[in-house]
Amino acid sequence: MANASTAHHDDHHDHHPTGLARWLFSTNHKELGTLYLIFSLAMFLVGGAMALVIRAELFAPGLQLVNPEFFNQMTTMHALVMIFGAVMPAFVGLANWMVPLMIGAPDMALPRMNNWSFWILPFAFTLLLSTLFMPSGGPSAGWTLYPPLSLQGGNSLAFVILAIHLMGISSIMGAINIIATILNMRAPGMTLLRMPLFVWTWLITAFLLIAVMPVLAGAVTMLLTDRFFGTSFFNAAGGGDPVLYQHIFWFFGHPEVYILILPAFGIVSEIIPTFARKPLFGYTAMVYATASIAFLSFIVWAHHMFTVGMPLGAMLFFMYATMVIAVPTGVKIFNWIATMWRGSMTFETPMLFALGFVVMFTIGGLSGLMLAIVPTNFQYHDTYFVVAHFHYVLVSGAVYAIMAGVYYWLPKWTGHMYDEKLGKIHFWWSTIWVNVLFFPQHYLGLAGMPRRIPDYAVQFAEFNMISSIGGFMYGFGQLLFVYIIWKCVRGGEKATAQVWDGARGLEWTVPSPAPLHTFDTPPLVDDKVAVHADRLT
Amino acid sequence: MKRTNELIVALAVMAVIIVIVWGVFAVGDNMPRGVTAYAQSVYQLHNTILGIVTVIGVLVFTAMFTSIVVHRRSKGYQAAKFSHSTKAEIVWTAIPVVILVVMAIPATRVLIEMENTAGAEMNVKITGYQWLWKYEYVEDGISFFSAMDRESNRARQLGSGINPRDVENYLLEVDNRLVLPTNTRIRFLLTADDVIHSWWVPELGWKRDAIPGMINEAWTKIEEEGIFRGQCAELCGADHGFMPIVVEAVSPEAFQAWVAEQRQDLADAAHDAARLWTREELMSHGERVYQAQCASCHQGDGGGLEPAFPALVRDGMPTGDLETHIYTVLNGREGTAMAGFRDRLQPQDIAAALTFTRNAWNDGAGEVVQPATVARRDQG
Repeated sequence: MANASTAHHDDHHDHHPTGLARWLFSTNHKELGTLYLIFSLAMFLVGGAMALVIRAELFAPGLQLVNPEFFNQMTTMHALVMIFGAVMPAFVGLANWMVPLMIGAPDMALPRMNNWSFWILPFAFTLLLSTLFMPSGGPSAGWTLYPPLSLQGGNSLAFVILAIHLMGISSIMGAINIIATILNMRAPGMTLLRMPLFVWTWLITAFLLIAVMPVLAGAVTMLLTDRFFGTSFFNAAGGGDPVLYQHIFWFFGHPEVYILILPAFGIVSEIIPTFARKPLFGYTAMVYATASIAFLSFIVWAHHMFTVGMPLGAMLFFMYATMVIAVPTGVKIFNWIATMWRGSMTFETPMLFALGFVVMFTIGGLSGLMLAIVPTNFQYHDTYFVVAHFHYVLVSGAVYAIMAGVYYWLPKWTGHMYDEKLGKIHFWWSTIWVNVLFFPQHYLGLAGMPRRIPDYAVQFAEFNMISSIGGFMYGFGQLLFVYIIWKCVRGGEKATAQVWDGARGLEWTVPSPAPLHTFDTPPLVDDKVAVHADRLT
Repeated sequence: MKRTNELIVALAVMAVIIVIVWGVFAVGDNMPRGVTAYAQSVYQLHNTILGIVTVIGVLVFTAMFTSIVVHRRSKGYQAAKFSHSTKAEIVWTAIPVVILVVMAIPATRVLIEMENTAGAEMNVKITGYQWLWKYEYVEDGISFFSAMDRESNRARQLGSGINPRDVENYLLEVDNRLVLPTNTRIRFLLTADDVIHSWWVPELGWKRDAIPGMINEAWTKIEEEGIFRGQCAELCGADHGFMPIVVEAVSPEAFQAWVAEQRQDLADAAHDAARLWTREELMSHGERVYQAQCASCHQGDGGGLEPAFPALVRDGMPTGDLETHIYTVLNGREGTAMAGFRDRLQPQDIAAALTFTRNAWNDGAGEVVQPATVARRDQG
């Protein structure tokens, strides 16, 4: 500790605190990236354990394990932990590690803020998870916290709201840092249209975060004052409007959905060209498609609430706007396939996860298109069809992309190759069971099973049992992922700087493992070094 | 040579994908066809859209897996160098736009049909409560509550020991069904008393939220007699999974007969509210009311589920005095899940439930509450 506080600014290359202090006081983008990723993995396991409680209760009709109130706490917490604790910090962790390496910057632009944005998170989640042990229990109104239901709970709501505020502060600071880094710290010659697509998608995501996290903060603050200070923003009896909350929430919520998927697009756009040994097809179109999706994400929010009773004109607008998103999303999928087309492909674990992403994200995208159609949405809404849809895009979408990214960059981080055989087993195991887990949920939704119920009519029994078996197999299979990472950190075949023979970009010009400080002298970037060569041919 | 190779592989890949898709459709459930013209147009729209996205999926995956099979290094395939094609980009932007327009046209038509609630021959007001429904036949002056039936309610308790498969229509049966005439254009007015609920019977082809402080509209015209089941579709608290909806569609003649019967019952109920009840009558009626209305929170033995749902009895004795008890049951308790029952139940139901609660677990040492007493407190 004393060491750290007396360390002199100029000799940071020589002195580095060790032990706990190294991690507590670190301002290094690589160490903070590692912290983010470890935190995210821990939350992935916590949120996964909650999912297993849900699937265990739903294994058979009747209540066997938990009471309905606790079941609702599990569905609520599972979502909050997975979204804010697992997926978002994983993307921030990857950005922390890779954005400076990809644009030739020595670190993030605001290293101390970087430290703070990470270290808020453990406190935020301690607050959030502690509500489960309070007398009134954790939040149980769903992660969307719709009033009036969310206002019926006990005092734990205040803790949940404060936790959400902390997560928001962390996200906004992280986003500011990423924007400042990308706009100010690119190496000479690294023009915007030479940036790797992962950097581009994160730049756009960061703007989304800054735009919508304050909206969420406003919404939950109004909940807080309604619950504890006698206001009536959402209380109809006091002249308020419960539907207003839904509009505000989803104005945050829909861009949030893209916050959870745009960086995934970026990761996949890095990996497919590497293993196809062919430049990304339509780089410029990919950038514009990402920007279009981000823009459209602000004008489609009410498609989450078609059943609240909106005017016909509003429903038509939100339906058409939602359908339009299929166009830029389609462009992305077609461009990935065109990148693969006539490439020279190999199928290492990162490529397998990236291809799994493309297939299953497409399935989730197509069911999303079905959900956009208002008259059929009146049937699908709030059923397991929706649950299947968003788990396809979030688990076999976002989480698959994160895993692809981890396998892809793990040798760069640790200096060791991971166990390729185990990686492939992890992929095939996950892919089989994730489909057993989520595909039958489409059938359940179409057959009429509402979501967020702890028990169901017996005609839903078979597919629920299949889904639960898939859930347990998929869930426990993820322990293999933890083991593979642990094994790779401990040792293994030495990785070269290049790691993958088809890889391009600045991150592959530094040694593996990447030393604590890289690009103290900025590299010179020209079209030969730049990852994407779209404009050259 | 290479071109033919890709074409053959593509055909083979497509055949495999089609077999997989066929299997996926063969094993699974689809949306119910529905029992109204509107529901059937939703069903057809669903099938059309599902067909379109399936074809898109098959084509996309065929291209992708053809590439995966053919363009691999292990087969010595050399990477091409191309990285963009404006022509291709325009084509695969334009074609989806055309497909979307093709999808939007029928979707718009069906939506306009749904949103036109004019021309109603009768109106039914639906109010969602935690966790039951109230139905009011506006023209006929009939109203009643509809909660999950006792069999399901017993079986669904944690550790009940009852196999749900032995319960007929487990979780999908109610005490009082919503009886509706066929071939009649019915308008629904939906609202809620406490939190947001959503009224959904898949066979009717729509769901609509019931929101406190708002009135939503929907309509139906049922063409087949029968019993159609659904559930609350919006998370509304602990027992969200336990507020089923059962519609019983009967001929207009049978419906009129049912209305007459209900009116007679109503007259009897008014008489019952005014007369003096015996302790035995109150206890036996009270047990039924208690099990249907109170037991899901306060439990069958009155022990509650602390801290959310307080115990009504401790060591056999009621936990509060009678006046507070009557007041709470009538008006609810703000900030908790305890609802007011003054509009939900008849005075004799409340009086019976109170009598039952105060006497059932202490060998009858508690007070007897008469319907007239409750009615007086209700007015005062």
